[in-house]
Amino acid sequence: MPVTSVSPQTWWTIFRISLEERLVYRADFALGTLMRFIPIVTQVLLWQAIFEALKGDDVAGYQYNDIVAYYLLVLVGRAFSSMPNLSEGIAQQIRDGQIKKFLIQPIDLIEFLLITRVAHKVVYYGIAIGPFALVFFLCRGFFSGWPDAITLAGYATSLVLAFLLGFFLEAFIGLIGFWFLEVSSLLFMYMLINYFLSGHMFPLAMLPEPWASIAQAIPLQYLAYFPTQVFLGKIQGEMLAWGLTIQLAWVICFAILCRIAMHYGVRRYSAFGG
Amino acid sequence: MSESPPSYTRVLAVLARNSFVRDMNFRGNFLIEVITAMFWMTMMVSFYLLIFQFANEIGEDTGWTKYRFFVFLATTMIINGLMQAFVLPNAAEFSELIRLGNLDFALVKPIDTQFFISFQRVNWSGYANIGCGIALMIYSLIHLSHTPSWLEMSLFAIYIACGLGILYSLVICLASTSVWMGRNQSLYNFWFYITTFSRYPMEIYRGPLGEPLRLIFTFMIPIMIAINVPAQIMAKGLEGAEWELAVFGLFATMACLAISRWIFSLAISAYRSASS
Repeated sequence: MPVTSVSPQTWWTIFRISLEERLVYRADFALGTLMRFIPIVTQVLLWQAIFEALKGDDVAGYQYNDIVAYYLLVLVGRAFSSMPNLSEGIAQQIRDGQIKKFLIQPIDLIEFLLITRVAHKVVYYGIAIGPFALVFFLCRGFFSGWPDAITLAGYATSLVLAFLLGFFLEAFIGLIGFWFLEVSSLLFMYMLINYFLSGHMFPLAMLPEPWASIAQAIPLQYLAYFPTQVFLGKIQGEMLAWGLTIQLAWVICFAILCRIAMHYGVRRYSAFGG
Repeated sequence: MSESPPSYTRVLAVLARNSFVRDMNFRGNFLIEVITAMFWMTMMVSFYLLIFQFANEIGEDTGWTKYRFFVFLATTMIINGLMQAFVLPNAAEFSELIRLGNLDFALVKPIDTQFFISFQRVNWSGYANIGCGIALMIYSLIHLSHTPSWLEMSLFAIYIACGLGILYSLVICLASTSVWMGRNQSLYNFWFYITTFSRYPMEIYRGPLGEPLRLIFTFMIPIMIAINVPAQIMAKGLEGAEWELAVFGLFATMACLAISRWIFSLAISAYRSASS
């Protein structure tokens, strides 16, 4: 198994090729990004209707404006942490034997995928910034202003860590393909749980016990809920530092799990065909 | 060679049986898809159970109280299940048939091409959603202490069929564009995102943002009718349903089916085989 560290020159070459590859479909990409905001419209209207018939003063500490801001910020979090086709791609490479090239060439699969994913995300943000800026400008009334510099720095850090956590978590699921070959069902289950427990569907503060404790204990909240809470100023000071530390620990944990899965996976792997 | 027209019912039965045999070859996958459908239903119900801890109904004076709203949710599941079982796998396949030139094989078959393209594959695991939807509906109706009359149940079935007709028309129109575009992944995403408007009671579409959306998705692209009308009949009874909307729904369904047929015919006449 090659464990060669990739040189900066190779990093740059892979990054550039992935960047160009991604830019080929830029119009489709921009259209797809804009369409992602459509469900937000129904969420805004749904929550408006819920707040009209509210029993108390708020929903788990959220006012109507906070909820809308929450859903908008969750989209930003998901833009960093979601990894479309990563797990399926790895499992497919294992299944059809393409993974062989990473076993004989001096480049590491996980590093290669990380570089290409960074390139894809850079293109994504480059194109998506237009639709995002437009929607956030139109919805600026739902926000109470810009947070302070420390909160912004914490938010930026949590987004970068959310990207890394999302990458290593989904790469790990893909590497399970060494044992099961087909991981699509497993991945679908993961995506459902992720949708629910990452805070994508609703603010996790709404959860009753024991679900609230379970959501706190697992890493999924760091993919969307935690960064959003940081921006909204609901996690500050020591809690913010502690939260970022735990998020980093989960990143390291899944990076190690990926290495272990890769190490034992390639020993198990049998290549067929020409 | 016989010139008699084919029996569409028999062809449909054969296609459904073939699909069932294929699905049963992957029993593990089938089972997981069923479990996933149940899991999704549990998640959706859990989400709205949480919502109803904080609110009495969805929208003030809309009448969409907890169990009535669950009837709405159940109707959504039934219609989505039917779409997943019959329509969506075929629409996805249609695009690939065009791209690879395999539509030729469908065109030469002595049967209506739109029928064959639309129903050649049945995804049986879609029935899991339908089953979950029916279970949720029965559970909700018990809690509402409402036993639907035969008329209500018949109208519900008719408007479910209308809803399917409307959504099917939209899918077939979008799928037909593959002939001109080659591949249209974004348009399928467009279908998924656009139908999110149909998944909520139309009463929530209020104000400067909601009102135009309600008008567009009721009268121009009538997807809001697809779920709202049958759900209103079942949840609120005949006296709670909006009759003008129900009558409009019948005409809208016929218009949608006619327009989709026209667009499909245009697409087929513009089709040029690919590959060799």
